Amino acid sequence: MLTNVLFYLFAAILIFSAIRVITAKNPVHAVLFLVLAFVTSSCLWLILNVEFLALSLILIYVGAVMVLFLFVVMMLDIDVETLRKSFWQHLPLAIVLGLVVLVEMVFVLIAKPITLPHTVASFPSDISNSNQIGLLMYLNYSYPVELASVILLLALVVAVALTLRQTNKNSKYQNIAKQVAVDSSTRVTLVKMATETNPEVTISNKEGETK
Amino acid sequence: MQTLQHLFGANGAYIIWNLICTLVIIVPLTIFVAYVTFAERKILGYMHARLGANRVGPKGLLQPFADLFKFVFKELLSPYKINKGIFYVAPLIILICALLVWAVIPFNPNLVFAKINASLLYVVAISSLGVYGIILAGWSGNSKYSFLGGVRATAQMISYELAMGFALVGVLMVSGSLNLGEIVAGQASGLMRGSILSWNWIPLFPLFLVYLISGVAETNRAPFDVCEGESEIVAGFFVEYSGTSFALFMLAEYVNMITISVMTSLMFLGGWLSPVPSSWGILGRESFVWLLLKVCLLLFGFIWYRATFPRYRYDQIMRLGWKVFIPVTLIWIFVLGAWIVSPLSLWK
Repeated sequence: MLTNVLFYLFAAILIFSAIRVITAKNPVHAVLFLVLAFVTSSCLWLILNVEFLALSLILIYVGAVMVLFLFVVMMLDIDVETLRKSFWQHLPLAIVLGLVVLVEMVFVLIAKPITLPHTVASFPSDISNSNQIGLLMYLNYSYPVELASVILLLALVVAVALTLRQTNKNSKYQNIAKQVAVDSSTRVTLVKMATETNPEVTISNKEGETK
Repeated sequence: MQTLQHLFGANGAYIIWNLICTLVIIVPLTIFVAYVTFAERKILGYMHARLGANRVGPKGLLQPFADLFKFVFKELLSPYKINKGIFYVAPLIILICALLVWAVIPFNPNLVFAKINASLLYVVAISSLGVYGIILAGWSGNSKYSFLGGVRATAQMISYELAMGFALVGVLMVSGSLNLGEIVAGQASGLMRGSILSWNWIPLFPLFLVYLISGVAETNRAPFDVCEGESEIVAGFFVEYSGTSFALFMLAEYVNMITISVMTSLMFLGGWLSPVPSSWGILGRESFVWLLLKVCLLLFGFIWYRATFPRYRYDQIMRLGWKVFIPVTLIWIFVLGAWIVSPLSLWK
C-alpha cells in the first residue's frame, strides 16, 4: 500500500521534472531538473530492491557527471533571448527528427512487446545484489565488460590528448615536484655574526628634539 | 512501538516510529556538533597559548548556544539580483545530505537505524550529493568571489572523492561486504584474532592515510580550505550568506567532519571493537564508547591540522589528489589483490 503510494509519487515527480528539463528557460534550472529526474528514478529502483544499481546511478550520474554538466552550463554565457528567437526557425527539423524517433520506438514496441514477468517485480531484500551483479559481470559477461572498459579507456586517453598543449622552449611552466622538494637550506642562509654596537645613536621624537 | 500501533494503526505507527528514531539520532548529533565547535575554539586557543572562549556559562560551556542565538537573531540578507529559490535552498541541500548519511551508520552491532546491504555505497553516494549545495550556493549569490569559491570547492571535492572511493575499494576487498556492520565484524576475525593488530589500519596503512587526508580535503578543512581562502576570495562560496543560512553551512561542515571520523573509525580502526584483549573485563568488551573515543581522537586530529599546517596552494592540492593519492591507492589495490589470493593472506 505504502509502496504503491510512493511509486506514484516518484513517478509523478519523475515525469514532471523530465518535462521541465526541456521547458525550463534558465539552462541551470534545466540541469537541476535533470538531476531531480535521476534521483527520483533511482528512488523508483530502490522500491524494486535493486539498491546497488540505484546507488550507483546516484553516485556516477548525479554525483559526478551532472556536477560537471552544471559546471559547463554555469560557465557558458548563454543568451536566452537569441535561443528563443531561433526556436521557430529550427522547429520543422525538430518535428521531423521527433517523428522519426517516435516511429522507430513504436515499431520496436509493436514488433516485440515487452512483457514483464510478475515474479521479478520485486527482488527479496535479503540477497545482496552487489554480490550477484559482481558474479554475473565477471563470470558470465566478463568479455563484454572488458571490451567496454577498453573503449572507455580509449575515450579517456583521447580526451587527455585533446587538451594536451605542446610545450615549446619559450613556454613557461612550473615544475611542482621541484617546488615541493625544496627545504630551508636552499632558500634561506643563516649567517652568524657578532652583535654590532653603535654608541652614537640619535633618536628623534615627534617634536623634532634630539636626545 | 506497540502503543503507537494501538494509537495510529500499522502505517501511522511505522511513520511515527521512524520519525522518533530520526530525532533520537539527529538531536544528540547536533549537540555533539555544538560541542565540537566549542572544543575547536578551546583547543585552537590553547595551541595559540591563549584561553579561548570562557565567558558564557561555567568555563564557557554555553558558548555554542550563544553563537547559535546570535546567528538566529541576525538579519537574513538577500543580495542584489540573486536567484532567490536556489539561494535559500542551497544550504539546506548541504545540511540534508550531511544528515541523511546518518541513517545507515551503525553505533554498535545491533543499533542501526536502517540496516541495508549496501550501506557503504549509500554513504558514498549521498555524500557525493552535498557538492550540489556548494556549487549552487556559489552560483546563486551573483558574486564573483562566491562563484570562484564554489568552483574551487567542487573541483576539489570531486577529485578527492575518487581517492576516497579507491581507498574504500581496498576495505571492500578484505571484508567482502558493503555493509558497515559486517566490515567492523570482519576486523574482529582474521589471523590476529580481534586485537588492535587485526584492524584494517595496519594491512591497509597506505589506504588509511589516503582516506584520512582525503577526508580533510573533502570537508574543505584547513590546510585544504582554499575554497574559503579569506586572503584571496573573501570567504568563498558562503560570502553572501548571513544569519541562519550561514549557520546551516557551519552545521553541515561539522556534521561532515564527524561523519568522516565515524567512517574512518568504522572502516580502519575497528569501530566499536575494544583495543584491549577481552580478558580485561569491561574494558575488553565492544561498546559504543570505544567508537565515540576513536571519533573524538580523529576530530582532535582535524583541529590539530588546522592549528599546525599552512594552507596549500590550489594547484598543489590538485596535484596531491590526482598524481599522488590515486596512483598510491591503485597500486595498493593491486598489491592487496595479490596478497589476498596468496598463501600469506590474513583474511581467511
